[in-house]
Amino acid sequence: MPLVYSTMGMAASGSAPTWRRPPLFAHAWQKWGTLLVILAYMVWATDSVNVNWERVAEGFGRTVRFLEGFMRPDFSLRGSDIWIGLQESLTMTVTSTVAGVLLSVPFRLGAARNIAPAPVYFFCRSVIAFSRTLQEVLIAIFFVALFGFGTFSGFLTLTISKLGFLGKLLAEDIEEIDAAPLEAIRSTGAGWWQVVNYAVWPQIFPRLAGLSAYRFDINFRESAVVGIVGAGGIGGTLNTAMDRYEYDSAAAILIIILIVLATEYSSGFIRRQIQ
Amino acid sequence: MPLIQTKEGPSGWHRRTSRQEWIRFFAYFLLVILVVFCWQVMTERTLWGFVLDAPRQAADIGARMWPPRWKLLDRLWPPLIETIHIATLGTALAGLIAVPLAFLAASNTTPSRRFIQPIALLLIVASRSINSLIWGLLLVTIVGPGPLAGILAIALRSIGFIGKLLYEGIEEVSIKPIEALQATGVSRLQVIDYGVVPQVMPTLVAISLFRWEINIRESTVLGLVGAGGIGLLLESAMSRLAWPEVTLILMAILVTVILSEWVSARARRHII
Repeated sequence: MPLVYSTMGMAASGSAPTWRRPPLFAHAWQKWGTLLVILAYMVWATDSVNVNWERVAEGFGRTVRFLEGFMRPDFSLRGSDIWIGLQESLTMTVTSTVAGVLLSVPFRLGAARNIAPAPVYFFCRSVIAFSRTLQEVLIAIFFVALFGFGTFSGFLTLTISKLGFLGKLLAEDIEEIDAAPLEAIRSTGAGWWQVVNYAVWPQIFPRLAGLSAYRFDINFRESAVVGIVGAGGIGGTLNTAMDRYEYDSAAAILIIILIVLATEYSSGFIRRQIQ
Repeated sequence: MPLIQTKEGPSGWHRRTSRQEWIRFFAYFLLVILVVFCWQVMTERTLWGFVLDAPRQAADIGARMWPPRWKLLDRLWPPLIETIHIATLGTALAGLIAVPLAFLAASNTTPSRRFIQPIALLLIVASRSINSLIWGLLLVTIVGPGPLAGILAIALRSIGFIGKLLYEGIEEVSIKPIEALQATGVSRLQVIDYGVVPQVMPTLVAISLFRWEINIRESTVLGLVGAGGIGLLLESAMSRLAWPEVTLILMAILVTVILSEWVSARARRHII
């Protein structure tokens, strides 16, 4: 039960000082200035983004049909297409995760400052930075142009885009490993490979396994996207269905959500087991 | 130099017991089988002729891509600004929805653990599972092509991202100020207002800035499905096989992305 209750901002009678929340901004003009700038930006942005409201209103009829499609998923029409799309997505995810892990080995060793010489370090870091900046879909567009339509391009895209992610996180892990075992192994006269094998690898393996599991479910989500530009997978199926206004197939999204849930749960389980 | 060199003898040191070795071997063996199987299924429909043709194609496209068509530069600004608007408005909208959702989803602030928390968590997961490009694909058929579909797509994807990181932040707040507040006998909402919000405010700002930077990257390709932004130009340039234009657009995208990363990193350092 409250013993004393005084409303905020109301000056307490007498000499009792009232507490005020510390202000976020030092001066009032800063606060109003910030708000004004935000408001002005919002007005400018919403104004310059022209929206065809008639078209939006017209679309609401379709929303109902969409929801109906979600409520009563009907896979009879494009059932086999959806199945093939999912199959492509899943196999792409498995192969690209493994290939990406293998490929990122040289990069993650090369991008760690404590075990790589300086020129190698800078080369590996810049490759990683570049592959992180490019959106997967942009890479996919190029691979489709080079290697033709289909899952092979998707596989390459997912493999490459993974390099930056895994490489960066793991390089940071390698830089943070305990130096004592490293020195101990070195002092026995072991070579570079032996140092990596006995001192570095055991320290980073749990983290690598966890990251790979995590990357697996990211790759699955991405594999649903690269199909839009023709690189195979469930995205292509969805794109076709939408182009033909077949809303029933949109419920394939529900399947994607379920699979993502399952992979997320199992990768979390694997991570907990290993770490 | 090693002082003592032993052949594999009884006194030799081994990292694992032979049982562990066998289990590991078996696990790796299964993994290899799985990968080979997946590879087989995946490449069933691959036309290897096109794949082997790649180096020639690469040389061909590379030759056509240079020099970039600089003339396009003045037509590039409106869609580029639209792209940034899509990302910013989408992030703002997502923040507005994600904040209450995160408070409903966090175990220590949810009004009802049995009914409301699972629903909030489900909404967050569902939003996170679908990439904004797929949301865009659906929204374009609903609200029509254009930036509105893009903004909504960005927002739908970001709700889950901001919501998840924020509710994890809320669950990790220090209990001390909250207990102090409870001791004064204030209501639940006041505890959240004075005890939780000040603690998670920096987290929220950092998450939003981080997501904004990702959203800039994503909104550059939303145009591929018709959801506005610079992707529309890219799509049209590619369907006309106008490779010099593609080069210029890609360069513009790269510069925008790097700039947005820089802005967001600076702002985050300033605030936290």
